[in-house]
Amino acid sequence: MTNSTDNSPETSAEKNSKVNTNMSAKDNSARVSTTLSTTSSTTEMVALSLKKRHQKERRFKSVGLFSVFFGFMLVIVLIGDITSKALPAFHQYWVKLDINYNSNWLGVDENLTGLELTKQLKKANYRKVLKNSIYPVFTEEPGKKLARKEKRQLFKLFSTNAEFTIKDSLLSSPENLQQTVSIWVRLDDDVDSYLKEDFATGQAGLRISKKQAQWLAKLDSEQRIETRFNISFFTSSDSREPELAGIKGALMGTLLTMFVTILVSFPLGVAGALYLEEFAPKNKITDLIEININNLAAVPSIVFGLLGLAVIINVFGLPRSAPLVGGIVLTLMTLPTIIIASRAAIKAVPPSLREAATGLGASKMQVTFSHVLPQAMPGIITGAIISVAQALGETAPLLMIGMVAFIVDVPTSIVDSATVLPVQIFLWADSPERAFLAKTSAAILVLLTLLLIINLSATMLRSKFEKK
Amino acid sequence: MNSTFLFAVLVFLSLFSYWFGIKRSLTVAGGIDNKKYLDCLPEQFGLLTAMVCGIPALVALLVFNSAEQLVVEHMITSTLPTHIQTLSSIDLGLYLNNIHSMASSETALVLIQGAKEASDSAVQTQYRAALELQTLNNNASWLKTALVLMIAVGSVIVLVGKFSLTYKARQKSETIIRGILVASSAIAILTTLGIVISVLFESIQFFKSVPPTEFMFGTQWSPQTAMRADQVGGSGSFGAVPLFAGTMLITFIAMLLAVPVGLMVAIYLSQYASAKLRSIAKPMLEVLAGIPTVVYGFFAALTVAPVIRNVGEYFGLSVASESALAAGLVMGTMIIPFISSLSEDAISAVPKPLKEASLGMGATHSETVVKVLLPAALPGIVGAILLAISRAIGETMIVVMAAGMAANLTANPLDSVTTVTVQIVTLLTGDQEFDSPKTLAAFALGLMLFITTLGLNILALKVVQKYREQYD
Repeated sequence: MTNSTDNSPETSAEKNSKVNTNMSAKDNSARVSTTLSTTSSTTEMVALSLKKRHQKERRFKSVGLFSVFFGFMLVIVLIGDITSKALPAFHQYWVKLDINYNSNWLGVDENLTGLELTKQLKKANYRKVLKNSIYPVFTEEPGKKLARKEKRQLFKLFSTNAEFTIKDSLLSSPENLQQTVSIWVRLDDDVDSYLKEDFATGQAGLRISKKQAQWLAKLDSEQRIETRFNISFFTSSDSREPELAGIKGALMGTLLTMFVTILVSFPLGVAGALYLEEFAPKNKITDLIEININNLAAVPSIVFGLLGLAVIINVFGLPRSAPLVGGIVLTLMTLPTIIIASRAAIKAVPPSLREAATGLGASKMQVTFSHVLPQAMPGIITGAIISVAQALGETAPLLMIGMVAFIVDVPTSIVDSATVLPVQIFLWADSPERAFLAKTSAAILVLLTLLLIINLSATMLRSKFEKK
Repeated sequence: MNSTFLFAVLVFLSLFSYWFGIKRSLTVAGGIDNKKYLDCLPEQFGLLTAMVCGIPALVALLVFNSAEQLVVEHMITSTLPTHIQTLSSIDLGLYLNNIHSMASSETALVLIQGAKEASDSAVQTQYRAALELQTLNNNASWLKTALVLMIAVGSVIVLVGKFSLTYKARQKSETIIRGILVASSAIAILTTLGIVISVLFESIQFFKSVPPTEFMFGTQWSPQTAMRADQVGGSGSFGAVPLFAGTMLITFIAMLLAVPVGLMVAIYLSQYASAKLRSIAKPMLEVLAGIPTVVYGFFAALTVAPVIRNVGEYFGLSVASESALAAGLVMGTMIIPFISSLSEDAISAVPKPLKEASLGMGATHSETVVKVLLPAALPGIVGAILLAISRAIGETMIVVMAAGMAANLTANPLDSVTTVTVQIVTLLTGDQEFDSPKTLAAFALGLMLFITTLGLNILALKVVQKYREQYD
């Protein structure tokens, strides 16, 4: 669509003009003279072709402008698409149920008190309470029981987490035993998606039957359904149930992995750059190191994952899926970038500074660490932040070292099994449940926000020190 | 003591040594008033002491930790009865895992009881081995603590004994720091060596069971090997040509989008755009470049692919739901900023007089760009394109999420193809055995990937160097 070397068939006038304007052509004089004989003068020819040439100029310019706007459009479509998909994930539908804490259903001796009671309440049958509390409400004719299929459909409306919600409620206020209490519980993810998208139609949805739609309409007319901010998206870990899944575990994993990455790659990168820029003699070995670093910066990230799997896990025996291994792999990956950025920053320190310090009797090491390094630090930190941002979004090498497992626990140390935010996105994107689509987009938004903050801080740091 | 705690102790000891070194040097000098008689500053003595305390002990800790498991494993295996020792490596590993989990979950008392009272003799052996393992682990832990602390304290005592007025503390510490700097920069070489050796080693294992010619030129790719020898259709064939073809198809589509758009963006921004547009467009491109690839993959799989499918169906074409076109277009989007920024650098590097001369001769701006600037910047642009191709080949997440798994040998962009990186990920996620060709094939593919991208990078560098026109 954008053809920069436009070679469409040209008219004779255009050809002539081309000859006249072809600056590199030296041996064209003969052809020029022959064409001159057929037309009156060069000036006239140029004037004739000028309109066409200007048209071409305008066309070229507008193609360039279009390309730039195409880029803008891509960014807007990409971000807009993901944001619009993500928005539903930030709120969630809850339903108010009247729960009858019948001790017979619970299987609890109502005469107990204190610790004994708590003990029994902890292992009581809350599913039965939930079922028995909701079935009568939806029975169409008094005295008639729901069919088994209907019961199953009805029970499916609520999240698997609902029984734990009513359990926690009773445990926190045991005096409600034998009482009927209104409790808000989560709806199932399919119901949630249905309410967010097709509820207004009153028809059956993608995974909601006609019957279920009627029940929901009834609940809604009784003002028993409300939408809340989905706080559990940030406070809970991964789950197979989309309405319960959150990013806390992945965020923690990202944090731990980045901790290792920064802790290892920053000192190593700066030390390597200092050596290459300040101390290294000009010889074959130094050249080799330099070529190596430049090439490593362009090696595909997945190859670093292979290295991590074959060497760090299989040879050194570090645990799979651990942030420690992830951090080391990402360190090896970002190290070349940090070294290259640090070298540029060190190179930018004026030589006069070094000379002045040396003249006052400082040793080479003192010059480097007390004068050059502090001056270069802002640039080095900016470079390091940018490479950390790269590492933060990296997924492929972490798949190789097993950070792709389904992990419910929030990792607390660098040797626990963990996953990271980009990998969580990859995992959720693969899940068949429709509600995970919104979850994935929301996780992407969180990741992009993190990256934006990191990059903005790097930009601000740079502009602050540039003013100096 | 566990390693984390030991590490903390080492850090504390080093800090203490810093203070101790200063104190000792002052004592040697004969009080703080006489510190001018020392050849080096007291802080330099302190620094040297701290480094001598921490570094050898830390190295010892690392070496011990990496060797510990192997040695303990070996010792525990040698105590087992011979019929267990001669098990296959997988079964033996399983057996050892059992013992490990027993040793870490049960107390010593339970284990002793189990070893005595278990009904089965095999179970008794297991209990006994677990007990043995627990003792060994305990001993190793004590040995480690003792060794590390002895090295730390011992080296400080030896060093401090040498302190004198003329002791060259600064020079010595500078030598050590220099050594650390050299080691840091050598990590790049170690990384490359690590990649080459690990990938090559596993690849050689792979090529022992699958001849390289079959891998390079075979057109059948189905890496599922049979669980049982008599299983049908599970022999596994490792002809990688469909993967290479798929990779090239997607790369080609990506380049078809990225090169013209990226180049025009570079030309427009460097030649025509106002400062204001530049100040908006540049960050925009940075945003595009900074978006993680997994996000692009999500976009490709869930937005672009369905759109392409719908459009194709509208025109009566059959489009695979994981078409090469979707993956390629999104990959192209990812590469646009890469090409535009590198090309812009190349175009800006062309000396100003060239452009001014051309304009002065009456050429229009576009004629100047096409006939003067682009030819002069061509090596840089070609280099940029080569680097972009190398990136596209190595790109993983977009194709893993948006391209297919089926190894079709086709040039139809609406069909589903698979790539080298997709297969590496597929083969290596999940359970692995390191002696099956299925797992090893991933390393052979990794080797191909490494060689190709390395070759392209070197080629790009050479093009830029060799064909750069000299204007000075």
